[in-house]
Amino acid sequence: MSQLNLRNAARVGLLAGVVALSVSAIGMVESFDQRDLITDLFTLGQLLLFSAPLVAGYMVTKGVRDADNGAAVLLGLVSGVLTAVPPIALILLTLIAPNIRNALVNVSPALISILTFGASQIIGSLILAVIMAVLGVIGAAIHIVPEAVRKPILYGFGWTLGLGMLSDVLLNILRPLLGRSLVRLFFGTKGITFVSAAIIFVLSIAITIWWQSGGQSQYEARKASLSEAQAKRSRQISIGAGIVALLLLPLILGTYLTEVVDNVGLFILMGLGLNIVVGFAGLLDLGYVAFFAIGAYVMGILTSQGDLGIIDMSFWLALPISVAAAVTAGVLLGMPVLRMRGDYLAIVTLGFGEIIRVMATSDLLKPYIGGAQGILQIAKPTSGSFTMVQPEHFYYLILAGAGLAVFVSWRLRDSRLGRQWMALREDEDVAEAMGINLVSTKLLAFGIGAAFSGLAGAIFATRLSSIFPHSFNLLISINVLSLIIVGGIGSLPGVVVGALVLVGLPELLREFAQYRLLLYGALMIAMMLARPEGLWPSSITRREFHAEDEVVGGVQ
Amino acid sequence: MAQRFKDIDYIGLFLWLFRAAIIVIVVWGTVAKLFLGQGNAYTTKDWINFLVAGLSQGSIFALIALGYTLVYGVLFMINFAHGEFFMAGTMTATIFVALPLSASGFLDKHPVIGMLAILVVAMVVSVSVALLTERVAYRPLRRAPRLVPLITAIGASFFWQYFFAGLFGSGLIPFPELAVLRGAWMIGGVEFLKTRAVVMIASVIMLIGLYIFIMRTKTGTAIRAVAEDKDIAALMGIDVDRTISITFATGAAMAGVAGILYGLVFRQVNFIMGFVPGIKAFTAAVLGGIGSIPGAAIGGFFLGVFEAIGPPLFLEGLGIPGSHQLKDVIAFTMLVLVLIFRPQGIIGERLAEKKA
Amino acid sequence: MKRIIFLVLFSILMLMVLAACGGQALECTDAIGCVEVAPDEPILIASSLVISGPNAPLGLDSQYGVEIAIDFRGDVLGHKVELQPEDDGCSAEGGQASAQKVVSNPQIVALVGTSCSGAGVPASKIISDAGYVMVSPSNTAPSLTDAELHEAGYLRTAHNDKIQGAAMANYVYNDLGIRKAAAVHDGDPYTEGLASVFSESFQELGGEIVAFEAISADATDVIAPLTTIAAAGPPELIYYPVFIPLGSLITKQAQEVDGLDGVILAAADGVQSPDFLTASGDAAEGMYVSGPDLGFGNEIYDKFLGAYKEKYGTDPTAPFHAHAFDATNMVLDAIEKVAQVGDDGTLLIGRQALRDALFATSGMSGITGTLTCDEYGDCADAKIAVSQVQGGAFVPVWP
Repeated sequence: MSQLNLRNAARVGLLAGVVALSVSAIGMVESFDQRDLITDLFTLGQLLLFSAPLVAGYMVTKGVRDADNGAAVLLGLVSGVLTAVPPIALILLTLIAPNIRNALVNVSPALISILTFGASQIIGSLILAVIMAVLGVIGAAIHIVPEAVRKPILYGFGWTLGLGMLSDVLLNILRPLLGRSLVRLFFGTKGITFVSAAIIFVLSIAITIWWQSGGQSQYEARKASLSEAQAKRSRQISIGAGIVALLLLPLILGTYLTEVVDNVGLFILMGLGLNIVVGFAGLLDLGYVAFFAIGAYVMGILTSQGDLGIIDMSFWLALPISVAAAVTAGVLLGMPVLRMRGDYLAIVTLGFGEIIRVMATSDLLKPYIGGAQGILQIAKPTSGSFTMVQPEHFYYLILAGAGLAVFVSWRLRDSRLGRQWMALREDEDVAEAMGINLVSTKLLAFGIGAAFSGLAGAIFATRLSSIFPHSFNLLISINVLSLIIVGGIGSLPGVVVGALVLVGLPELLREFAQYRLLLYGALMIAMMLARPEGLWPSSITRREFHAEDEVVGGVQ
Repeated sequence: MAQRFKDIDYIGLFLWLFRAAIIVIVVWGTVAKLFLGQGNAYTTKDWINFLVAGLSQGSIFALIALGYTLVYGVLFMINFAHGEFFMAGTMTATIFVALPLSASGFLDKHPVIGMLAILVVAMVVSVSVALLTERVAYRPLRRAPRLVPLITAIGASFFWQYFFAGLFGSGLIPFPELAVLRGAWMIGGVEFLKTRAVVMIASVIMLIGLYIFIMRTKTGTAIRAVAEDKDIAALMGIDVDRTISITFATGAAMAGVAGILYGLVFRQVNFIMGFVPGIKAFTAAVLGGIGSIPGAAIGGFFLGVFEAIGPPLFLEGLGIPGSHQLKDVIAFTMLVLVLIFRPQGIIGERLAEKKA
Repeated sequence: MKRIIFLVLFSILMLMVLAACGGQALECTDAIGCVEVAPDEPILIASSLVISGPNAPLGLDSQYGVEIAIDFRGDVLGHKVELQPEDDGCSAEGGQASAQKVVSNPQIVALVGTSCSGAGVPASKIISDAGYVMVSPSNTAPSLTDAELHEAGYLRTAHNDKIQGAAMANYVYNDLGIRKAAAVHDGDPYTEGLASVFSESFQELGGEIVAFEAISADATDVIAPLTTIAAAGPPELIYYPVFIPLGSLITKQAQEVDGLDGVILAAADGVQSPDFLTASGDAAEGMYVSGPDLGFGNEIYDKFLGAYKEKYGTDPTAPFHAHAFDATNMVLDAIEKVAQVGDDGTLLIGRQALRDALFATSGMSGITGTLTCDEYGDCADAKIAVSQVQGGAFVPVWP
């Protein structure tokens, strides 16, 4: 038994080691080492490197009973030491083959010095092995510690490191409230300072302890004691508070974070549209960016004050025209693909998206839409003497658009049309046999979906004041599709959650740009493995996932 | 009922107009080009050049398309990361084998042994990356709705691209030129660049080899059985997981070979090289009829040739500037046209439509 | 427990009081505000370059140029210089987002960026409106420094397409005696702009553009478009101001198209890097490349290249590291010039003063030549050099 466990410990340890080796070799450790989590104390690179043995130690002792403390420590030790083996191999490799950098560009002296703590390769390797072993044991020891102690400490570390990573968010919210000297006290040039780390750590421990030692039960008891009417009222109050918070958000967040929220909002708008096409009607569309582009270009041509603008229209007049153009395109695309299903539809729509992008870039249309040089000087929305310029202004425009889209989607979902879409999604042939008009149902899905995307495109164009064909690439389509699936297909709150995670988070972590898409990819895989039904699935999907046998036929 | 017929007539009319419009454009452009002398004056030799360029590009599409088709046939999933398997093997083999061998002069002295070494390394790396991806990102989701593995595939695609960019740098890596393949052969009075001829011959051999493997060997039969029905295949004593892994490995090995052929022809590789050929190959697989091996091959060649000949033939005939920029438009319009006429692809089986 | 919290809060309060007591000898008199750098604080500079996605080799290369410039400089007025790297994504939305992020941090003194002109358009507006200043190492679109469209806080060390395209046309027509040329671009604003300006200038001189072709940047085979170009003339020269991947593909495959035997190849600074020469091999021999006068008997550049290879393990992957290096030095020079230094080492940098100092840059010698800024922010050395690839190296042939 214990031998089997040891083998498992060795396996997990080596795996963690390979991960540590990989993140080192691709340059993540070195580049993240320049980002402080806690100023002058702990960097992101160190977190990346040292979480490997910790997690390994934690994993291998997961099944061990409290009684086997000695065994747990031993397992942690083994896995920790083995985690160090692959990185040490890399360190020694640089001794044998100093030219390795010609092939692996990121195995730099700086990286080796991080791995060896500045010591020589041999001594540094030993230090690394010892540290990893200790961390492996600590990881293993997490299980031994009683829960009452373990939880607060874990939460304390979690919050501290998490907020250290998102220090930009904190900083942007707090900057107007704190004076400059306070800002300097709490925030380093990158990351948070020791002082704020200590505060966060202590606070989160205190709150967790309070929650564990009675807070939770009090809260639940009070919640349970509410009468029906009171419960309803408290729900209403929280909804009202939510709406007020949404309206006041830009004031709290400041310019930069509002800009991020604007971006998320545009993706929510597109996500809601694609959700109708893919989530409700089950038509897999990989070229959704096309309608976004059409909305943006129509807006650009109609309102630009530059050479390409034709009639210098106002934003408000051009808006419905842009949306109408997108809808027309949606219906026109819908017609040839009416009889295609599944992946055939996917590739044709993908092609449509590419066609639009290539045409926008082309010399053929350059005299009309600017080709590679794009359209400049697109008008900003005005009303009276007021012109929308700041992200805060656009926030309300986007909020209104997204609000409308949510309302329309929500009403449609439970309407006759919505049920027809869902019938179509489940089985096209049966739906047709039940008397559903496939043609109009599908075209409506394409048209309404395109409308939201066109609206997003129009706002996008006016917000940037300039558009270039490169903005309308396949990645946008993929992004939108990913966010509705990660959020939970067919679910309206899921779209919002998905957009926050897949658009908002990467935007906040802009400084990791070089590795952003790598992390994005890994995140997508991890989330789908952990919650294949999405982060906030619709009730129907949730039901399907819990009825084992029906899952196979699920969403197409 | 009447309402419905009216709709269908209207749609049918639109589709006929759409087809007619494309055909008119193609015919008009072609006639203007060939008989009215619109645009540049091409000689027969030029046309053969276009054709050869298209065929060599198409043969690489075909080899990659096989991977899509094999996996699709078995799992009914679009393996978006397949282009990255293609890139992974090629980059690694270039950096660790091709460049050192070329620098030491070994590659020019023993080109066959050298190329074999490069090919083996590329295939091994491509297959390892494919198996790892399958094990981690696809296998646990085999019973999930079909969009879920599509998302993990997209995730895997991003992951591998930037993983290899981090590993080997994001710059352009030159693929060594083989001295023996410099210059051209004259075949029947027509000049064929040696690299291109070799690539075409190699891919045709690979395609035939794969066809025999799938149709004649025991493993191939197992793959077909799993494609037909996983549960029944399992009842027949076939190890489904293993067979699926073999399918991935076969597709990835083909991609590894395709990558080296790509390197031979275009002599440069980088971390993003898998993405566009991947999308094109997927298009080719659908064009030919996804799930069918001969279909993937025909789709690949068809797409390559259309992309090369289309712009000079009918776009130039219409007097469109910068016509080669629009090759993707031609490729995808052709795809739509083919799928309107034959929703199952050029030689696709009905099966694809049933399960799709 | 409560006592601990109290203690922590109390000590914070004390620290705040102490911090507030620090002397403030300097006063900001600048029209659009100042950056105050405390004695122990670094001077914060941001960069916004394309460091993710397919264009990453272009932007990372520039970022490395910025980092090396900071390394070489060491301390500025007793302060460390720190870089906050952002990503412009080579897109308008990326430029906008990164610029918003930069202007949300009052400690950032200046921005080096953006990589792509498309990102530069919205970024220059935001940066200028917020009173900041930016110097782009690789925006070449004429519109950015156009008299009507120029934003007050925008400068660049890259060559305006108008200058470079016209210079090349001149050289080709007058010095090489070419009368029939073809131009190729890849749909990127930079390459499209250069190819257009080249064609127009060449035609004005009296030459004939036999083909103006576009190839998508991610093309894997260019035999077909090259055959079209060959059939169109054939031209005596092909000008393809594209980036390295497509550029090296065209260079290599041009030999394989038989109508193009003996055609002269010419490109622009998008390929002016050792990476291009390794990727193209012998095929690049004899081709002409326009661009800044890079590294010919230029001592700093040799030192720069050594540091680059040492720090990042590769040769430069694009040409604009040099422009980024110069842009950073321009900014740091200007900071040294305008910063007021307090008794305790506190710096006060006026934003308008910084802008003025940057626009007043004149005769600064950098890697890319002698930089002098005009009123619309074009700072690149007006002298365009043409070099020829000889023996696997760029050898200057003109002027």
